[in-house]
Amino acid sequence: MPATTETGIFDESALVAKAREGDTAAYNQLMNRYSPKIYRLAKHITQHEEDAEDVLQETFLKAFEHLGDFQGQSKFYTWIVRIAVNESLMKLRKRKSDRTVPLDEPLDTGEDTVVREIAVWDENPEQQYSREELGQILDEAVQSLRPVFRTVFVLRDIEELSTEETSEALGISVPAVKSRLLRARLQLREKLTRFFKRKGDDVFAYL
Amino acid sequence: MLTCKEFLQELNDYLDDAVDVELRRHIEAHITECPNCFVILDTTQKTIKVYKGMQPQVLPEAVSSRLNKAVERMLAEKKSRTAPE
Repeated sequence: MPATTETGIFDESALVAKAREGDTAAYNQLMNRYSPKIYRLAKHITQHEEDAEDVLQETFLKAFEHLGDFQGQSKFYTWIVRIAVNESLMKLRKRKSDRTVPLDEPLDTGEDTVVREIAVWDENPEQQYSREELGQILDEAVQSLRPVFRTVFVLRDIEELSTEETSEALGISVPAVKSRLLRARLQLREKLTRFFKRKGDDVFAYL
Repeated sequence: MLTCKEFLQELNDYLDDAVDVELRRHIEAHITECPNCFVILDTTQKTIKVYKGMQPQVLPEAVSSRLNKAVERMLAEKKSRTAPE
C-alpha cells in the first residue's frame, strides 16, 4: 500500500486545486514534495543522471501545462508518475535506439522464476554495509534487471504504488504487473543473496 | 498440499497480503515442510524490506534550482503570451 497519510491526501488535493487556479506557490509546494521521488524514479528507469534531470523538468512542465486535464480521480502523485514513466521510457528508447524497449514485450513463462540459489541470509543483512555501500549494492542489482521488470519493481516496491496504480501508470494489465513483479523480486533476491547470505552457510545445511 | 512450483506462483500475492485464508493456510503448511521454500519466502521478504528502507534521495541543490528556473521560465513565457500588447 502506498504510504500516504490522511493529511498527505488532504494537502495534496487542496494544493492541486490552488495550482489549477494559477497559484504558482501551491504548485511549487507540490513540486518540492514530489521532485525527489520523481528524480529517483527517473534515475532508476533511465539509469542516467542527465536524462533523469530532463525527465524531472519535462514532467513538472507538462504537468503544469495539463493541470486542467487532471481529473482528480487518481492521486496527483500517480498522475505525475505516469508522465515521468513515459518520459523516462522515451529517453531509454532514444539512448538504446538499436534495441527498442517495448513495455508490452511478450514474456516467456516460467524461465525467470527459476530459483537457482537458496541460502539463508543474516538477520539484518543490510547492517553489514555502510549506507553508501548498501545503496550501491541495491542500485546495481536493480539496474541489472531488464527494463520491463525494473520499471514495475521501481514503481511497486520503491515508490510504493499499488498494483492498480502501477498498472495505470504503465498502461499494462494487473496480471502483467503481478507476474513482472514476481520475476523482478525473485531475480533481485538472487542477486542480493550473493551479498547477504549468512557466512559459511549453504543450501545443504537445510536439506 | 502445494507443490514448490505452485508456492512460487502464489508467493507474490502472499507477500502482498492478497491471498484468502485457505490459500494462506496451504502456503504456511508448505513452508513448514519445505525448507527451501521457507528460505525463498524469507529472503524475498527481506529483499522487499531492504528496498523499502532505502532513504529517499535528496534532490541535488543544482538539479532543484534548474528545475525551479525551468518552471519560472515557462510561467514567464505564458504570461508574455497572454499579456495584452
